[in-house]
Amino acid sequence: MKVAVCDYGAGNVRSVVAAFGRLGAEASVSDDAETVASADLAVLPGVGSARTAMAALRLNGLDEALRARATAGRPTLGICLGLQLALERSEEDGGVQGLGLLPGRALRLREGRVPRMGWALVQPGGGSSYYFAHSYAAETDAATAWSEGLVAEAAEGGFVGVQYHPEKSGAAGARFLRECLSRV
Amino acid sequence: MAGGAVVKGVRFQGLREVGDPVELGERYSDAGADELVYLDITATAEARPALLRLVSRVADRLAIPFTVGGGVRSAGDAEALLRAGADKVSVNTAALERPELVGELAALLGSQAVVVAIDAAGGEVYARAGSAATGRRAVEWAREAESRGAGEILLTSIDADGTQAGYDLELTAAVAGAVSIPVIASGGAGGAHHVAEALEVAQAALLASILHADPARLSSLRAELRGMGVPLRDAA
Repeated sequence: MKVAVCDYGAGNVRSVVAAFGRLGAEASVSDDAETVASADLAVLPGVGSARTAMAALRLNGLDEALRARATAGRPTLGICLGLQLALERSEEDGGVQGLGLLPGRALRLREGRVPRMGWALVQPGGGSSYYFAHSYAAETDAATAWSEGLVAEAAEGGFVGVQYHPEKSGAAGARFLRECLSRV
Repeated sequence: MAGGAVVKGVRFQGLREVGDPVELGERYSDAGADELVYLDITATAEARPALLRLVSRVADRLAIPFTVGGGVRSAGDAEALLRAGADKVSVNTAALERPELVGELAALLGSQAVVVAIDAAGGEVYARAGSAATGRRAVEWAREAESRGAGEILLTSIDADGTQAGYDLELTAAVAGAVSIPVIASGGAGGAHHVAEALEVAQAALLASILHADPARLSSLRAELRGMGVPLRDAA
């Protein structure tokens, strides 16, 4: 099983690779559109800010590779900013056009302490908590799970996006990633 | 950490070696820690590669978030730590000397990855591992750090550090009340009731001395806290 983790900016992608590695998958970081297009599972991790991230994705043609996967219904996982980039638009950085893999937009959090950091319950989700670290959240009709009123998961076609970091969410996160692999 | 080992003292003095950073990290993770903080208090340019290797070992083994601090002087230093597998970087002295650094880190990495660590005694901020008074008030520096893009404040009371006599609640409440980003209370944890008190005024509580003496105590502490009605995740 080949997992390609998109490399498109400054951030911790090593932990995503390590998490899949612990589950026995062959994961690697790549900025090559061909590698991302042909992987069994492509992962769009969350690093940096929306504008820089979109620019970097375009530069290497990763945006087109991800869109092509979505059109073909092939499994793709977006994590944190990766979920927000999959939407049509983001409010971040004065407004950024997203990949459009999911309907809706990313909005700045307006309640509580921002960034929203720490573990929180996801429902439905069997009472498990996951680790969140975000200042924006998705507003989308494709939502499938929530956390404290915010979109925690959204899915359409082969794309699944999560606002939390499964690679940082202990046993619950590992269970989620194993499920992602089992759907491939 | 100092010289590659986990160390702990009292009020930043009399450091004792307590173990291997990766091994201790694993024990804490297994015992239900929500996240870990690695602060290299003797960080030097020569020790950089060793710190990056350590960060990678932690990232490869643990599935919980961790912050790394010590010797971060530029956005490049911070980026290297994240690339190596850290989730957040913590800055202290370098940000006091050049506050623009906080904004540079936030622009490159996003605020969620930027922790500004504040060591305070008597409400005043100290730099260089607690050895240099800055004349700045902790509350004001926290406010400035937030406005420059910090995503969290790690607030350590030098007065309370290592005493196990309870967190500095007055200081913590003042700082948490001055900012709208999360504040991690640090210094003084001696039992579950201290942690519960700290979580009344801060968004997270850091524990060091009482766990380093007995890492397995973390799981019973968490159970005690849940029993007191503190909402903690079930780590299973």
